[in-house]
Amino acid sequence: MHAQQVPYVITGGTLHIGDGTIIENGLLIVHNQIIEYAGPMKETSYDANTASIIDATGKHVYPGLIGLTSELGLKEISAVRATNDIYEVGVFNPNIRSLIAYNTDSKVIPTVRSNGVLLAQPVPNGGIISGQSSVMKLSGWNWEDAVVATDGNMHMHWPDVYRYNWGTGTYSINPDYTKEVEEIKAFFAEAKAYCAIQNHTEKNLRFEAMHKVLNTEQKLYIQTNAAKGIIGAVDFAQTFGLQIVIVGGRQSYQVLDLLKQHQIPVLLECTHELPAFDGDPIDLPYTLPILLQKAGIVCGLTINNEDASYWNLRNLPFQAGAVVPYGMNKEDALRMVTLNNAKIAGIDNRFGTLTTGKSATLFISEGDALDMRTNQLSYIFIEGERIKPENWQDEQERKYQLKYGITPRN
Amino acid sequence: MKQFLCAVAVFCATLPLSAQSTWPENGVFDERSGAYAFTHATIVVDTSTTYTDATMVIRDGIIVSVGTNATIPADAVVVDLQGKYVYPSFIDADADYGLPKKENPSQKGPQLLNNNEQAVSWNQAITPEFQAYTQFSPDDEQAKQFRQSGIGLVLTHRHDGIMRGTGALVFVHDLPARDAILSERVSTHYALRKGSSTQDYPSSQMGSIALIRQTLYDADWYAKGGSAEETNISLEAIVSGRQLIPIFDAKDKLEVLRADQIGNEFNIPFVIKGSGNEYQRVQEIAATGASLIIPVNYPKTPDITDPYDAQLLPLADLKEWEMAPANAAYLADAHIRFCFTSNGLEDKSQYLPAVRKAVQYGLSEKEALAALTITPAGILGIQNQAGSLQKGRIANFLITSGNLFNKETVLYENWVDGHRYILKNAPEEHRGLYALQVGNSTYGLLIKGSAAAPVFQILKNTDTLSANGSITDQGISLQFTDNAMLYRLSGWKSDKNFAGRGQMNENWIEWSATFANVYMEKPAQATTDSIHIGEVVYPFSSFGWTTPPQQQNILITNATVWTNEKAGVLKNTDVLIGNGKILQVGKNISAKNALVIDGTGKHVTAGIIDEHSHIAVTDGVNEGTQSSSAEVRMGDVIDCDDINIYRQLSGGVTTAHILHGSANPVGGQTQLIKLRWGLTPEEMKFEGWPGFIKFALGENVKQSNWGDESVIRFPQTRMGVEQVYADIFTRAQEYALAKKDPKNLVRTDLELEAIAEILEGKRFITCHSYVQSEINMLMNLADTFGFTVNTFTHILEGYKVADKMKMHGAGASSFSDWWAYKFEVYDAIPQNAGLLHDAGVITALNSDDAEMARRLNQEAAKTIKYSGISEEEALKMVTLNPAKLLHIDDRTGSIKEGKDADIVLWSDNPLSIYAMAEKTIIDGRIYFDRSQQSALLEADAIERDRIIKKMMADKVNGAVTIPVSTTPKREYDCEDVGDFVKGE
Repeated sequence: MHAQQVPYVITGGTLHIGDGTIIENGLLIVHNQIIEYAGPMKETSYDANTASIIDATGKHVYPGLIGLTSELGLKEISAVRATNDIYEVGVFNPNIRSLIAYNTDSKVIPTVRSNGVLLAQPVPNGGIISGQSSVMKLSGWNWEDAVVATDGNMHMHWPDVYRYNWGTGTYSINPDYTKEVEEIKAFFAEAKAYCAIQNHTEKNLRFEAMHKVLNTEQKLYIQTNAAKGIIGAVDFAQTFGLQIVIVGGRQSYQVLDLLKQHQIPVLLECTHELPAFDGDPIDLPYTLPILLQKAGIVCGLTINNEDASYWNLRNLPFQAGAVVPYGMNKEDALRMVTLNNAKIAGIDNRFGTLTTGKSATLFISEGDALDMRTNQLSYIFIEGERIKPENWQDEQERKYQLKYGITPRN
Repeated sequence: MKQFLCAVAVFCATLPLSAQSTWPENGVFDERSGAYAFTHATIVVDTSTTYTDATMVIRDGIIVSVGTNATIPADAVVVDLQGKYVYPSFIDADADYGLPKKENPSQKGPQLLNNNEQAVSWNQAITPEFQAYTQFSPDDEQAKQFRQSGIGLVLTHRHDGIMRGTGALVFVHDLPARDAILSERVSTHYALRKGSSTQDYPSSQMGSIALIRQTLYDADWYAKGGSAEETNISLEAIVSGRQLIPIFDAKDKLEVLRADQIGNEFNIPFVIKGSGNEYQRVQEIAATGASLIIPVNYPKTPDITDPYDAQLLPLADLKEWEMAPANAAYLADAHIRFCFTSNGLEDKSQYLPAVRKAVQYGLSEKEALAALTITPAGILGIQNQAGSLQKGRIANFLITSGNLFNKETVLYENWVDGHRYILKNAPEEHRGLYALQVGNSTYGLLIKGSAAAPVFQILKNTDTLSANGSITDQGISLQFTDNAMLYRLSGWKSDKNFAGRGQMNENWIEWSATFANVYMEKPAQATTDSIHIGEVVYPFSSFGWTTPPQQQNILITNATVWTNEKAGVLKNTDVLIGNGKILQVGKNISAKNALVIDGTGKHVTAGIIDEHSHIAVTDGVNEGTQSSSAEVRMGDVIDCDDINIYRQLSGGVTTAHILHGSANPVGGQTQLIKLRWGLTPEEMKFEGWPGFIKFALGENVKQSNWGDESVIRFPQTRMGVEQVYADIFTRAQEYALAKKDPKNLVRTDLELEAIAEILEGKRFITCHSYVQSEINMLMNLADTFGFTVNTFTHILEGYKVADKMKMHGAGASSFSDWWAYKFEVYDAIPQNAGLLHDAGVITALNSDDAEMARRLNQEAAKTIKYSGISEEEALKMVTLNPAKLLHIDDRTGSIKEGKDADIVLWSDNPLSIYAMAEKTIIDGRIYFDRSQQSALLEADAIERDRIIKKMMADKVNGAVTIPVSTTPKREYDCEDVGDFVKGE
């Protein structure tokens, strides 16, 4: 694919920067895959004859939303096993790499992209250490072409503090919790010892894959929801000097000081969920990001629940917007799924905001993109490449409108 | 002694001649009269008669006289019970004593029919032919435990299956079975769990209920002549057991109500074995008029020391821990006839302590004694034989150290059927002041402490010397030191005095102790700690009410009102509601005595109606074990305590259509409810609503995603699905026809009744469906049989056959944007609802998910994004359109004068992602008020804290605690096909 050379000049739109700020009547120039300028309207030096001018007056410009810890590209149809590349065999699989299975031709990808999600981080699952993820742009011919950050992060499940027993239907303290934590510590201790020496004559691929986590080049995403699990994970991270992200974090609001003290970000897995406990505030899933934000903790948001974190990723803008009525402003809600997610993925130097010099991965919506009534994309740019905001579902709609003689509204 | 109890409450006045036995004796026959006279006792004859210093005479296991001037027969053994009490021993109506334990074999793969090939019920959980007395064999270990706890007589039955057979009354003594059985067939037993049955059906509680109902109808048919068509031992047993006492095992307060409803349908006055949480719905349970058998296995104290772990426990668990001991007191206050059972206690020695705890928690001693003795006797129809100590009753009694309900009281003896069992030896009384002469020295000897564990003191002038000692059958031994002399005394009792020899240092001496005065115990300090427990809330959950919201006149002023009528969206408009109805919609309405809510800047809509919901269901949403389960009814298993009812109110939902799952082509009968949080299941049901039934097509019904073992149940293809319908509708037609002729003996078939109702236009279908081929199939089939498919639900490929649906007259209730989760939804598009709507099909959006139901307004708004539908039409997809599909648009779905006051006040445009439901009103009652949330949370937190402090105190005081653990309610979706009724 060849990047376009002709600059796109987007004028007059409201720029939602992604860092919590907004620029009305803004100007944004896309050139050579990057944002050449993003800011207030000004006289610029583009050649009006060669540049492609997009009048965005009354419209809204957003950085591409980032869907983290997703199944997109790894799963096509949940119930059809042959279309799933998610769970690998093994308990400690740091050497597993998600980008290998990423299917750029998934029919699901364009349907997610059409709503403004332009980057995704497919992750492997299963075991305790599930493997490494990459960040993919939602366009491209093949995974090598689509990857924008290779093997950037490692993913781990923290042992359950509490466990549900399907046989008895009871939810109780996991009696093996301490033992399971010790197993993780033992693995890391051995990996650390292994990594102290370069050039092993007999290589252990699992331990070889641990270098980047142990030297903090990779962040370790630790999936845990219980307050005690978070406390355990943070303690573990301190022991081994790791950079971690708490994923899930349903009870993170109960350990705010700890997270703040160690500057650990939290990646929430959805806002569309029920409170964990009967007596929890009914709106806790919506107020949780606000509690984290107020405590000064970097809070990202993705959709990774209900076995649907591929097709359902298209609802990411709305799951962010849903927080707003509970007390977060719209730009902060947007920041969760743009800049904060970029920081958590370690790609904020290139993505996550409409900032001069960053990758031109952005979209224009007719209205507020966080509200489904007005999330209507007219332009998508991914690394400067202009992509049609349409997908096969729109085509299917048109086909049947024609069959029934229905006049399309838009 | 053995008597045959021929019918309920018949006392056999003729006593058998003594000791005629068919069994030979190895040795010389040993007949005894068993005549005993118990004298000087306090005899508690029953709850209203107590004699002091009285005598009771028994002979041949029967009480022959009792009173203060009973004559003592010359041949009676006289037992002096000075200072002791005699009580009737306890009767336990829920034991499985002496019966073989049922194995729980595992079944691999589907089992569609009974694997017992005898002429019995088709269902393995239906074993009414099982007769406990035929399998009864005494077990002395178990019998001993019963006796130790004060029980003398038990009703034993096999706790296994749904129709469990008959129970027998047996004594818990150590005699052979032939002597232990008092009555062979006393009761018939029912439950909602299938026990050891390995058969698939039923897998849900509604299936269990349907199975009981169908079997009872089958029994009627069998009695009326069905026996000519087949031999069925099970049905025969039901018919022959009709005169026995029917007992239903209910595992929850709501199951008590369900059991009673089954009883009402068949005119069976069930005695109901409860679970101990009946206090949570005591008024409704009182209204059933049923007698209860209740356990006293109160929840153990959880270890709540860790505040994070303690969060696991919902408020309901905490409150249950606190209130369970008060259950009996609540029942008594509500005038419910009940008795206790020791069943459920891991340690039967805790039985009496647990009953005493019930007394501490407000049950009167009289009521407690009745619940242990005369009430179970009455319930079991043996009040003229047992449960009291009148002349002529069986000699089943206890000898105790004092009042049964005093904590210190000890059970000394348990006489069962005239046979003596010593539980604990009554200690001899030695306490008192004695003049002690040791050699030449004179002291005082004070024996105090308790009779069982005396404490010795030596008194010397004004000093007190400590002493060690013991008194046994072998005599007395006493040691003390005085003036560097070690006294080691040994002796014997003679009359009230002691005497003996001993050593004073190295020298042998004589000694004696002469009784001088009785020991006066200091009166025990009356306990002043009154027990304070919280209130019952409705439902018994977080956010429960002490009093459910009242209907009131409400005037919402100056709001934007989405009428869903021709008037459209009205700005600056008032809505007045009263008597549960919408009274007026307009400008500047004034109303007296109305709660005025300022709606400025806010929006008012009709309440959201969820056409497809699985909340508020007990134990299983699918009875997918057969291709048709038309006989099951969601309405039988509505769980009014589900927290999701409240959570959905917070999303503006006022009505939900509770559906059977989609595991089989013909699912169960559905139930429409209004989310009247705090009311009972019956009160939540939408009144005067026509019945619906769930059908399902596609991958679920052909078990495509159930694993490789599920390839046995028909159908496995869409082709087979058509034949399931063709078959059942054909049979239903024939059934309806056969019933028209009164000469025919037609077996009531609950499954075909429901299908026949569809054919008569009295019941409507909502059909889970995805792909176009199967949608066409069902519409064609419906046309052939002359009915209309009311609603296709999910209907994700509806857009491909919208014209055909329109022509057939079917409506659609869809997801806004779900797809790709299985192969049959790979062609699903979010423009589906819009296309259907544009093609003229009445289209709704539903949840099928407890979470999504909280934001159906947002799901509706997606049609604006994907299809460009207008906001007004979009809102109708979750209000008026589902109301039309459910045939309730005359009552709900729009803001119109005369309709039900089911309305929502929104903070913003209801289709905006930024809108929140602020108030949700049903029938003019405010069931959800967002402004009250923090107050409710705080109240819950205070209540939690109060109980946690009590738990903490309990732990500090030495209570054995258990790790925190809870059993949360299941959240169901269409595809939940687990077995929810396995085990006891």
